[in-house]
Amino acid sequence: MKRARVAFSGAIHDAVADGDMLLLSDGRRCAEQEVVWLAPLAPRTIFAVGLNYAAHAQELSLESQREPLVFLKAANSVAGHRAHTARPPDIKFMHYECELAVVIGKAARRIRREHALKHVAGYTVANDYAVRDYLEDYYRPNLRVKSRDASTLLGPWLVDAADVPEPGKLAIRTWVNGTCTQQGSTSGMIFDVPALIEYLSGFMTLLPGDVILTGTPEGVVNVNPGDEVVTQIEGIGRLVNYVIERVPQGDTEGVAHG
Amino acid sequence: MIGAAMHMPLSSLGSASGRTVIGTLLNFKGSLDRYGSQLRSAPYNAPPRAPVLYIRPESTWSTDGQGIAVPRDVQSVELGATLGLVIGRTASRVSARRALEYVAGYVIANDLCVPHENIFRPAIKERCRDGFCSIGPAVADRAAVDDPDALGIRAYVNGELCQQSSTRDLVRPVSRLLADVTEFMTLHVGDVLLVGVPDRAPRAGIGDRIAAEIDCVGRLENRLIADPHSPAELSS
Repeated sequence: MKRARVAFSGAIHDAVADGDMLLLSDGRRCAEQEVVWLAPLAPRTIFAVGLNYAAHAQELSLESQREPLVFLKAANSVAGHRAHTARPPDIKFMHYECELAVVIGKAARRIRREHALKHVAGYTVANDYAVRDYLEDYYRPNLRVKSRDASTLLGPWLVDAADVPEPGKLAIRTWVNGTCTQQGSTSGMIFDVPALIEYLSGFMTLLPGDVILTGTPEGVVNVNPGDEVVTQIEGIGRLVNYVIERVPQGDTEGVAHG
Repeated sequence: MIGAAMHMPLSSLGSASGRTVIGTLLNFKGSLDRYGSQLRSAPYNAPPRAPVLYIRPESTWSTDGQGIAVPRDVQSVELGATLGLVIGRTASRVSARRALEYVAGYVIANDLCVPHENIFRPAIKERCRDGFCSIGPAVADRAAVDDPDALGIRAYVNGELCQQSSTRDLVRPVSRLLADVTEFMTLHVGDVLLVGVPDRAPRAGIGDRIAAEIDCVGRLENRLIADPHSPAELSS
């Protein structure tokens, strides 16, 4: 089953894929363009893994790790399929990262790799943006690079784990304005999904609704306002994102927020 | 003054499932001094420009009175008595001048970690241990605190005062910190921003009673306990 959360006709709905259409939980059917897509779940903790593909690690001229390089992203960064992501005006290098996102379904603590996949509810596609101009060497990659508003796109679907028998053999592709810029396979991960669950659950508890972004292969390029970025993982989904210009600061304070 | 007239539970602000807790590193003047010239050489290369932040995931949250397990692979933990700003309304790109209008109140945190020196990579294994971020016991209303940049903070182990600091020594005072964080991260009602822990943190181990106290906000107490979980895999 492929599950989504969408806004339609003034309310938020759970929906499932029905051919090319969405079937809402109340029985209505909608086309992709008729709804506003939300992330398919509201994640609890978002783990991200850096340098988890050998070639991408070389691309960034960085050492490969003896244990996974893990960092966290906050809830402010989450947005869904067809969302807009702002590029600051004063930077040179902002790039997408197409990643297999693993959604935990059952609490996991000290789980060995052979049992790890039993703790997975499903998978979705993540586009994990970075603004490299803001990189600093403290708790790197720092939140200003990685946890910006609407910089973690998730969707369109949460695909049940039962429908993904081999999460380690999925093709990864990214297109910018229709040109393929990134190609790889989840088989290129240095630490695969079971290894990541074993590692993290070895020192902390993973909770249902936690999400692990498993890293990206080589092929990240700069994107600009106006670009359409499509990140796709075989059998999981095709996640569309639009890069926009960031509005100047200083105009938000008159807004009476809740 | 310890304690304040107006307190409310953290649970009355926002919903726990969507709450974000963010910590700040190197925000006490002493911390920068301690690293000294190291900050200009590898791997850091330059002193930090933006606030150095980390996320406190839900599995690390605990509260007043709860026992916190010292992991089996750890001898002692570092205490981190700190002030938490509890967000009262959606805060996006706020100015320092108006930042306090977005704060519902203040809370105490004892932000524990496994002692570590290197801060080049996110200290996930050192910080993301279950229960390591104690927050509570209640949120002191913003009106109960005259000046959040002049609050005494005290850390205790077994009733003995081990560390004294003040928010007067923040590199980025409360309003500036909130402005610099919300420049790129929208904070929501009930989110908590910890302003940073002072340098030379006291350590404690299994059996110790630990406490953090902040003027006008209150006192937060916990006990460090042995890890009750078996070292073997718990479930499959």
